[in-house]
Amino acid sequence: MTNKHVWIAGVAVPVMIAMILLAGSVSVAANAEPSAAAASVKIDNFVFGPQTLTVPLGTTVTWTNSDDIPHTSVSTEGVFKSKVLDTDEKFSYTFTKAGTYPYYCTIHPKMTGQIVVQ
Amino acid sequence: MPEKKPDLIDQNLQDLNNDGVDRRGFLKCMAWAGTGLVWTMAGGVPVSRAFAAGYGKNAGKGSDFSFVQISDSHIGFNKPANPDVTATLQTAIGKINAMPNKPDFIIHTGDLSQLSKPGEFDTLDQVLKGVSAKQIFFVPGEHDMLTDNGEQYLQRYGKGTKGTGWSSFDHKGVHFVGLVNVANLKAGGMGSLGNEQMEWLENDLKGRSASTPIVLFAHIPLWTIYPDWGWGTDDSEKALSYLKRFGSVTVLNGHIHQIMQKVEGKVSFHTAMSTAFPQPAPGSAPSAGPMKVPADQLQKVLGITDVNYLVSGRSLAVVDSPLAG
Repeated sequence: MTNKHVWIAGVAVPVMIAMILLAGSVSVAANAEPSAAAASVKIDNFVFGPQTLTVPLGTTVTWTNSDDIPHTSVSTEGVFKSKVLDTDEKFSYTFTKAGTYPYYCTIHPKMTGQIVVQ
Repeated sequence: MPEKKPDLIDQNLQDLNNDGVDRRGFLKCMAWAGTGLVWTMAGGVPVSRAFAAGYGKNAGKGSDFSFVQISDSHIGFNKPANPDVTATLQTAIGKINAMPNKPDFIIHTGDLSQLSKPGEFDTLDQVLKGVSAKQIFFVPGEHDMLTDNGEQYLQRYGKGTKGTGWSSFDHKGVHFVGLVNVANLKAGGMGSLGNEQMEWLENDLKGRSASTPIVLFAHIPLWTIYPDWGWGTDDSEKALSYLKRFGSVTVLNGHIHQIMQKVEGKVSFHTAMSTAFPQPAPGSAPSAGPMKVPADQLQKVLGITDVNYLVSGRSLAVVDSPLAG
């Protein structure tokens, strides 16, 4: 009896989550700009990955710090500047002009990367 | 402890040939790497002796004064490598207060906080209130200047300092210089002192007698330990060129959370353990991130550095001791 109950719950919960997610994604898709795109950079082990990220114009890039140590993502040319990102914190910037954007971590300047916007 | 350390020390022995250093004595010291190491500077010539001979009950006896270096307390850090950095700092302070030879002052070589938050600095202040030493001198680490170009750090810990927090003072015939190499870092580079500070340093040392013992302290090592991890200072060579004429120069750094030493001519370099968490030996891990060790091992890789000074020989004895042995 108990086993059966657990089994039902085990199926029901994922199904409910899937339904919620589906509803969520539909509403987001309906409201979003047609050209809006998203890309991500993961900060892991003191490295920006990928080190060079090429994205189409209008893309919003999100950096996520996965290290136990804080990092920043700061444009070398002063285009964008994150606050200090502690573990799991994120920073996003939308690129509206084509070009190459080098950036680095101001705390650990050996960490560098670039976003190429086409 | 890192396996690379003996290699480094061994390599440095090559520079010491014909300098009157007892190689066997030096090797004996290597055995103490990780638990403690004593060495003295006598008239610019490094002489080593075993830990046990210079420490313990008779510690500090015969020395004219001593001071303690603590580093990298990272108050606010709460990750698995050490969930309670406040407690380990308290243990370090307790160790200092229990020293038979009371230090004249303490030097903190930076990374007081994890995220430069006011609450973190408040906690640090609370813990440091418990220390018996009369005075504490600070230089900032990169973690202390994260949010406001170091404004808050300077207000709290940089009174009377210049620029981003550099300063110098004299104590019983020894000239101490605290430098800042964590401000305005450039993409792709390592630590940096910058032109303004460099000029100040040149002027600060000018006119001082070459026989004045110099102690230089800064957060990031002033010698290149591992460029891939940024463990060095881009313009340190220029700074050290101002020190060439001095007979005894001791450089104390933090940042790398482990003991490393090197002797180059009359300059001896030394990095201290952290009071918060250890970091891996250069190149031994994918990154320099905090190293997790078993809980019962943690206090063996955290510690403090005690420096004893003898006026007679113009010598300094540097003793690293872990929080627990």
